[in-house]
Amino acid sequence: MNLRATWAIYKFEMARTFRTLLQSVVSPVLSTSLYFVVFGAAIGSRIDEVEGVSYGAFIVPGLIMLSVVVQSVSNAAFGIYFPKFIGTIYELLSAPASFLEITAGYVLAAATKSLAIGIIILVTAFFFVDLTILHPFWMLTFLVLTCFSFSLLGFIVGIWARNFEQLQLVPLLLVTPLIFLGGAFYSVSMLPPVWQTITLFNPVVYLVSGFRWSFFGMADVAIGWSVLAILGFTGLCIAIIGVIFRTGWRIRA
Amino acid sequence: MSDAIVRVSDLTKTYAGGLTALRSVSLDIRQGEILALLGPNGAGKTTLISAICGLVTPSSGTVTIGGHDILRDYRAARSLVGLVPQEINLEPFEKVITTVRFSRGLFGKPQNDDHVERVLRQLSLWDKRDTQTKELSGGMKRRVLIAKALSHEPRVLFLDEPTAGVDVELRRDMWDTVRELKALGVTIILTTHYIEEAEELADRIGIIADGEIKLVEDKRALMHRMGQKRLVIELSEPLDTIPEPLAPHGLRLAEGGHALVYTYDKTAGRTGIRRLMVDLEAQDIALSDVRTEESTLEEIFVDLVRKDAA
Ligand SMILES: Nc1ncnc2c1ncn2[C@@H]1O[C@H](COP(=O)(O)OP(=O)(O)OP(=O)(O)O)[C@@H](O)[C@H]1O
Ligand SMILES: [Mg+2]
Repeated sequence: MNLRATWAIYKFEMARTFRTLLQSVVSPVLSTSLYFVVFGAAIGSRIDEVEGVSYGAFIVPGLIMLSVVVQSVSNAAFGIYFPKFIGTIYELLSAPASFLEITAGYVLAAATKSLAIGIIILVTAFFFVDLTILHPFWMLTFLVLTCFSFSLLGFIVGIWARNFEQLQLVPLLLVTPLIFLGGAFYSVSMLPPVWQTITLFNPVVYLVSGFRWSFFGMADVAIGWSVLAILGFTGLCIAIIGVIFRTGWRIRA
Repeated sequence: MSDAIVRVSDLTKTYAGGLTALRSVSLDIRQGEILALLGPNGAGKTTLISAICGLVTPSSGTVTIGGHDILRDYRAARSLVGLVPQEINLEPFEKVITTVRFSRGLFGKPQNDDHVERVLRQLSLWDKRDTQTKELSGGMKRRVLIAKALSHEPRVLFLDEPTAGVDVELRRDMWDTVRELKALGVTIILTTHYIEEAEELADRIGIIADGEIKLVEDKRALMHRMGQKRLVIELSEPLDTIPEPLAPHGLRLAEGGHALVYTYDKTAGRTGIRRLMVDLEAQDIALSDVRTEESTLEEIFVDLVRKDAA
């Protein structure tokens, strides 16, 4: 095992994050605060409690998921796209490191960054609403797994992308709608029955549901399904990355 | 050959677009030598290096480095190799020393700041160690690429046009560096368009054209074997035309009629010089001086590549 390679990539990526620390952290915190003000305070004051939880608190898990997922995908995508774009990927391809070791470096760095953002947003939330976390261990587990699995997805996006537009495309066109429609701001039970069924095909529902359960003990789907869904998604991403490296798709001529 | 550190056999590369950049290339690179690869643009030099180093997947054929197959045993093979690419690819916002340390880690070597310092000093980059790479000049950037490749103490170093766009003085420094590396036992493969660079540095010279290795030969043997010599005869009195009786010698008038040039193959048994002298004497042509000239590698190169195109 060449874990030094993983470590070298991780350090390198984290250094990049710290160089741009301000914009990395300030913008998600700012946008989340805006959500709290608009949804939580303005609209939320007109909405009754959702299953016994104030609306302001109810949207916290969804908001964290929204930021964490978008950040994971775009950070990891950029992390591997940039070496491709400027040509420094030659060094990764010529290094005595396996695809797992290289991927781990990029993905763990991206996941670390989005985990930090998630925690900062959580802390921010305490300033706006009363919040209790029923299952802190599961809360953290879901958060970490989400950061990790969507960083894997981002890594795939970064390898797939041929230009900066494509790099933005997946977070914008796929991830954000899935999260908004995944029950980030409402309980699935509030939807008409037909939509409840359709929604079950959205993988993000399982994530948000599980994550919200760890806060309030209530869930749209059984918690077991949430865990299985996220593990399955992680496995799928790893398998895809394995194939990409074996075939050299979009990275090796 | 048992002393080959890199062994390329029947390597073929056809790119996705259908272009065949390497046609069944076989090449043994000897432990400790400097091998210069010459060839026109698009000959396949970079493709050959890229295939050996893992940037390009070979269509067929095998490569071993230090006896390790580059696909099956890629870790062992790649950890022996340093690569300096033709294009200057550098992370723009990173400091020189950080990117060099990164390369070392990537290749699985433990941190060693003494070694990194030695490499940076050797390449006159130590003063620039804390500079962002985007602020360096082109020649310095190229040296950073070399420093990155040397950071993990490779036994085989590939230099793809290391002196392209480098000024004359720096080029000499680069040559010295290459020689120092050779003295340390590093095997070096370099591509170049400067024939004098190959003449200056190489132990052996390979010529690639159109995806094929046209020849690989010991530099001196090559220059000797292919060497055509010219005898330049300077005349006391200029001539307008070559007198008819001298026609069989295939002479050429030069220097505005002040010199006759006779071309011969020095490896042939008979050079024909004596006959020529006798005939000149018979024509009563007086000589003021004679000298000989040997073909340069450049002429050999152009000759080979042109013959191939024809
Ligand atoms: N990624 C690629 N996809 C398709 N064709 C390629 C690719 N890279 C190189 N080629 C083609 O392969 C041939 C050999 O290119 P290569 O870069 O190996 O030449 P070279 O000898 O290094 O030339 P130069 O002296 O200009 O650097 C060229 O015809 C080139 O157009
Ligand atoms: Mg080239």
